[in-house]
Amino acid sequence: MKSLWAVTVATLVKDIRLEWRSKDALNSMLFFSLLVVVIFMFSFDPLAEESRHIVGGLVWVAFLFAAVVALNQTWARELRNQVLDAYRVSPAPANALFLAKALGNFIFVIVLEALMTPLFVIFYNLHVLGPAWQLIPIGLLGTWALVVNGTFFAAMSLRTRNREIMLPLLLFPISIPAVLGMVAGTTAILTGEDSAHFYIVLLLTYDVVFTTACLGLFGTILHAE
Amino acid sequence: MKRLFPILSVITAASLAYALYQALVVAPTDALQGEVYRIIYYHVPSAWTAFLLFLINFVASVVYLIRRSPKADIVAVVSAEVGVVFCTIVLVTGPIWARPVWGIWWAPGDIRLTSTLVLWLIYVSYLVLRRFSSSAQTQMLAAALAVFGALDVPLVYFSIWFFRTQHPQPVIGGGGSMDPRMLHTLLISWLAFLCFAFLICWSRFRLELLKREVEQAHAMESLVGAGASAKASMPLSRSSR
Repeated sequence: MKSLWAVTVATLVKDIRLEWRSKDALNSMLFFSLLVVVIFMFSFDPLAEESRHIVGGLVWVAFLFAAVVALNQTWARELRNQVLDAYRVSPAPANALFLAKALGNFIFVIVLEALMTPLFVIFYNLHVLGPAWQLIPIGLLGTWALVVNGTFFAAMSLRTRNREIMLPLLLFPISIPAVLGMVAGTTAILTGEDSAHFYIVLLLTYDVVFTTACLGLFGTILHAE
Repeated sequence: MKRLFPILSVITAASLAYALYQALVVAPTDALQGEVYRIIYYHVPSAWTAFLLFLINFVASVVYLIRRSPKADIVAVVSAEVGVVFCTIVLVTGPIWARPVWGIWWAPGDIRLTSTLVLWLIYVSYLVLRRFSSSAQTQMLAAALAVFGALDVPLVYFSIWFFRTQHPQPVIGGGGSMDPRMLHTLLISWLAFLCFAFLICWSRFRLELLKREVEQAHAMESLVGAGASAKASMPLSRSSR
């Protein structure tokens, strides 16, 4: 058990340090989601009243696309110099690698969201009518829902041809309930019309189910030959 | 086995013809919808068949993950392919039926429509993964994805169920009981469709089995074939040059 956490933390720290030095994933995600925001702004041009109803969808679509950009890069750096093969033959637990990658992506996407949310507020003149603190659990649970499956499917699509395009094809259909939970929950809070409790429970259930599934099957995927 | 196949084909053709006759001639006209309701005898049996095939895909994938038996993998791929075909029939006949009855092609808030569409998307992505991954690891990856898809189904259903209760929706064929003759025809249709699906799955299973045997034989040949005997027995590679 101790070695699981030791390996997880070591890999996570390594990934964060690499990202801190290069800022590859974060920069591309930031610029990408900025572009999505600007394109949406020109496409819809909403009033403040309307924007409350649609911005939940826009925010999460932007974050979903941006997360795919980061997720695609997750495993790519482990392929250079056969790092992944070295990891496979080492006695380190496979789940430690998965947890570290998922946590790393989670941190990157959360940082992106923290930087992008003020932009959405400014561009769309947002004023939250419901209990605003509930956006925090929805943001955290929703991001984990995207990232945990995204990390898993990115590892899966490593073994396929044109892997960059494979990831969204696998990730989006499975993520539909989570996206529905995030979008509907955010809209419910922004408009203050409905309660968002069900959506938080839905996201929590989704997270628990798929985190368990990922941890159960990652070893099989990593060692599949 | 080889003799059984044509016999089953004849039985399937006869039962499909009988089901069509029952659906178009024998079954009574619906009191509210008129003749247009008869599409139910294609729509509903296709849906039941598709769901059954997806269930078989899930079971076969779990068996593959546990036992690593290649036959379980073939059952999984075959049931997913045929299931997607039947699910497509459901998604095409649904709007054709909905347009005259509800006045709209598609009801975005409806739970059956939306969850069937998501199910279809999940299994199409399963087939895409099989198509795009390299042959050695495909089976393991696909089995894992099938498990994820099956876990997703109840979540899709409940999320849409709750989402729907908060949104306006068209009134969809409320309570009311079915004429026993209609139910009879529906069950006959389902039986005919099951025979049909089984027939396709069976021939697809044999085809896949043959394909893998041929691939294995080719692989063995190229392992062995350094000498002149291998060169003589590989006309394919020569003609392609």
